[in-house]
Amino acid sequence: MAARAIWKGNLKLGTTRVPVKLYSAVEDRTVRFHVLDDRAKKRVKQHMIDPDSGDEVSTEEIQKGYEIEPGKYVILTAEDLEKLEPPPSRDIEIVEFVPQAKISQQWYERPYYAGPDGDTKEYFALVEALQNKESEGIAHWVMRNKYYAGALRAVDDYLFLFTLRDANEVILADDLTKPSGAAPTQKELAMAKQLVEILQGEFEPKEYKDEYRERVMEFIEKKAKGRAPKLRAVKAKPKTAALDSVLAKSIESLRKKEKRAA
Amino acid sequence: MPVSLFPATRSVRTSLRMLGPDGQPLARKYYAEKTGKDLDADEVVRGYEVTKDKFVIVTDEELERLAPEKTRDIDLKQFVPAESIPPIYFERGYFLTPAAGSQKAYKLLAETMDKSGLAGIATFVMRGKEYLVAIFSDKGILRAETMRFADELRSASDVGLPKKTAPSKATVNKFEKLIANKSKKQFSPTKVADKQAESLLKLVKKKQANRANVVKVEEEAATEGKVVDLVQILKKSLSGKK
Repeated sequence: MAARAIWKGNLKLGTTRVPVKLYSAVEDRTVRFHVLDDRAKKRVKQHMIDPDSGDEVSTEEIQKGYEIEPGKYVILTAEDLEKLEPPPSRDIEIVEFVPQAKISQQWYERPYYAGPDGDTKEYFALVEALQNKESEGIAHWVMRNKYYAGALRAVDDYLFLFTLRDANEVILADDLTKPSGAAPTQKELAMAKQLVEILQGEFEPKEYKDEYRERVMEFIEKKAKGRAPKLRAVKAKPKTAALDSVLAKSIESLRKKEKRAA
Repeated sequence: MPVSLFPATRSVRTSLRMLGPDGQPLARKYYAEKTGKDLDADEVVRGYEVTKDKFVIVTDEELERLAPEKTRDIDLKQFVPAESIPPIYFERGYFLTPAAGSQKAYKLLAETMDKSGLAGIATFVMRGKEYLVAIFSDKGILRAETMRFADELRSASDVGLPKKTAPSKATVNKFEKLIANKSKKQFSPTKVADKQAESLLKLVKKKQANRANVVKVEEEAATEGKVVDLVQILKKSLSGKK
């Protein structure tokens, strides 16, 4: 079943507009629980209360405040908040382009497919142009009263629009200092290179599964049938040295495999 | 090689707090719809809806027992070309800092990855959940990005996008020219500053001048506003100082 578009807009490059529809590229597979009233086993409701008196505060009485220092709030009225909303627009303005891979991984937040809306000729021409130039666009747009900054990228044959994190949110390696200590010697580097090469391969995302999620779902299904399996108590594994010992172990097992194959 | 993990993002506090008529911060509370009675934490349970209004109750203990084995290992599975991982996988970044005595191994791994342009693919357990991560060497500092699993991502055919049609050379050229005209060599973070948050802060500042717009509540009821400077903590940890 085809997914439903969450928004329609126009990619705007200079004076050219390419109409697109946005679709979430992420399928939420988190196991979602409801909060239930233990007695009635019914779904609960939520309301806001004054924690001191325990009294309910109705929606009309609720004010919104920005905390400027602990316990001190500046009240923002509904009118104030409305004024802060950016003017609505259907344009996804591409302000500039940068070479692919210039945006560090840590900026990317949420991916959306930007699929063609109507005409596909311009759309696939833009895909090809982005691929040929190995470029990524920096985009600004307003969606549902909220301002977004993002990246436009061609992956395989389609356009993706990523929301990017706010500049204040990201801590860059540039702002930090490398760990202290002596630099590795040429000999050490040569050895490490060899070890890493043994574990080198292609990125195969399908090889990894969220086993925890699968276990939880399996358990729920069994329990729903009235056959909840007994679960063993967890034993904490002894603390072990991480990265390097694992690396050594993996290499050891690979070597054994190679020997057997030979 | 023991390492410590620190978030590579800080939460930017532009969220607003819900306050009562006298400016007192409010709390969210569960209540039973039928009786209207407020419910405490020990009066609610967690239920998975199997069919409409039919729930399977799952306890904290059960979830704990289903959780992956507690381990502190970052289990490196593979090294792949760093730029071969599409950004659709990335969720959140963490910096890894060397624990005392492991600076040497840390630097060796970082430099090896840097030189070869490789990223490590690893799994590790954090707060009862297993994560898939890609580890990058970022200017000599190791950074792990948690990743989505492949079954959490939709394919173009899942979404129902039309098959690619060959575009005309002339149109491709037109776009290539547009791209070339607006190309920059580097990505500048100022281009992704949250303008809305900025204008919110501006407005707050303006309103703050008038005392009628400001409410103050008893310290006791105030939220704990301990501000930690993540960059300072990271710098300290990277330098090996306690």
